[in-house]
Amino acid sequence: MRAIVVFIDQIDVPGTLHPTAHQLLTLARAAGEPVAVVAGPVDAGLAADLGAYGVTRILHSEQADLADYLVAPKADLVAQAAAAVSASAVLLDNGPQGREIAARAGVALNAGVITDAVSVESVDGALVAHKSVLAGSYTVAARATSAVAVISVKSHSVEAAPAAEATTPAVEAISVNFAPASLGARVVQRTPRAASGRPELEDARIVVAGGRGVDGDFGPVEELADVLGAAVGASRAATDAGWISHSAQVGQTGKKVSPQLYISVGISGAIQQKAGMQTSKVIVAVNKDPESPIFEIADFGIVGDLFKVLPQAVEEIKRRRG
Amino acid sequence: MTQRTVVENSALNIVVLVKYVPDTQFDRHLTGDSHRIDRNESILSELDEYALEAALALTDARGGAKAGNKVTALTLGPAAAAAAVKKSLQIGATDGVHVSDEALAGSDASATSLALAAAIKTLGPVDLVITGMASTDGETSIIPAQLSARLGLPQLTFASSLEVDGSTVTARRDGDDFTEEIQATLPVLVSVTDQANEPRYPNFKGIIAAKKKKVATLSLAELGLPADAVGPAGSLTRVDAAAERPARTAGTIITDSGEAGVALADFLAAQKLI
Repeated sequence: MRAIVVFIDQIDVPGTLHPTAHQLLTLARAAGEPVAVVAGPVDAGLAADLGAYGVTRILHSEQADLADYLVAPKADLVAQAAAAVSASAVLLDNGPQGREIAARAGVALNAGVITDAVSVESVDGALVAHKSVLAGSYTVAARATSAVAVISVKSHSVEAAPAAEATTPAVEAISVNFAPASLGARVVQRTPRAASGRPELEDARIVVAGGRGVDGDFGPVEELADVLGAAVGASRAATDAGWISHSAQVGQTGKKVSPQLYISVGISGAIQQKAGMQTSKVIVAVNKDPESPIFEIADFGIVGDLFKVLPQAVEEIKRRRG
Repeated sequence: MTQRTVVENSALNIVVLVKYVPDTQFDRHLTGDSHRIDRNESILSELDEYALEAALALTDARGGAKAGNKVTALTLGPAAAAAAVKKSLQIGATDGVHVSDEALAGSDASATSLALAAAIKTLGPVDLVITGMASTDGETSIIPAQLSARLGLPQLTFASSLEVDGSTVTARRDGDDFTEEIQATLPVLVSVTDQANEPRYPNFKGIIAAKKKKVATLSLAELGLPADAVGPAGSLTRVDAAAERPARTAGTIITDSGEAGVALADFLAAQKLI
């Protein structure tokens, strides 16, 4: 059976698998024989977790250069490991690093690269990736025409499911030959960003986002988010004003989200914002301006004062849960 | 790439990649059997203005064009794409290069980065290649990383700040979990985000000066590439099918008369979202 490599980064948080990794492994198992390529250590617990998802082989490296330099050494690891197991595909997460590893591994393996896949299926022995393009206005089906396909896959592409029978993967440490230029961009400092305790924007089932209309006060947006277990997002106007971190930005130059529910609060809904959220399943908008373009795409819209509507909704939701 | 020694704050030779993309303010479409992007109503990609600004800020600090600094705006695309280079010249680029060849149409990221790398190699020893964080049409951010790999340049991508001191480059990269400070020695490849700076607009003087600047055109032959290295033949991906997403339509819109918060809860309950 053909080998499908799944890249797993264990440099930052060794021992725990991101939920996306389970999803990638589930996809890989459906397409062939999943092989985990791990940057960082592999302990018994991680091997068992990977085995539960049907991984038969684990190739890993703990070389310090993987952590000390940006992206390129991890791409060398992925490309060399994929070549070593004659992989027919490489699957990665779709974060900035995942996409860039995909891009570089594509050059090294002379492989076609597809990013932002929302689903991946096997068709006549080839992997076909589905994705949104032009800010969600089209969906396309694309495939690599090369011997190897490199695909970065967004969260929730598939429901993660363990294998019917767990495997005991063989764990092999490999030594990566880093290209000289791969050791050029040194990470001289890493500062953890404060964790909000809320779900990550791209993983969240519900997103509540605030814009110019919150006028510096994200309190009502955060309270509604917390009662719904939602992630907090923002328009570019709100992040540029410094009211909330830029990492919360949803839009063309921020995160592209497609949750089950997107609640847009005090956001006019200009193109820049719509590009990041218009593939959401259900859109709710609260804005005091009835002319806001956001109402053109909202399934449910409220023309009103967010400082009155949101607290009332929070109280009502709490009351019903009583 | 050819290495060269950069003495303390000497003049820089910078290449900025600029892309001619459909204006995001309008509806954008895929067209034809190969589902290519319809490039009517196109402009210089908004995100490339940050790359150009980053280059101009660095060269301004070293005395600008008068001191021998060079900022070359490089594009690859159909004849009309020269407009992206011309706009860059108006904003302040000193030189313009347009890679143009019919065989390039339909190139995927891999074929495009191959041709761009070959074009950059014709521009002599380059200190920095600067790009935007993504194109506003493809939106994949593949090209900067692939160019870095193809040119053998250190990759400093998604930079939200950029400094060059002597030959030491320092960039900040803001991730979700970490903020990283990245350092490298020239020559390097950098991509900058929309947080990196405030792009300048072309002024009257710049528009007049740009009229005297020429846009050099490079064909595939001049890059030393055969026609089948690019275009559909040289691409490693293919779009099998494309479908326009049905336009979203407005649903129920109410005006708050004191009970809208309760109505919101009703709506969420009806949708089984609470």
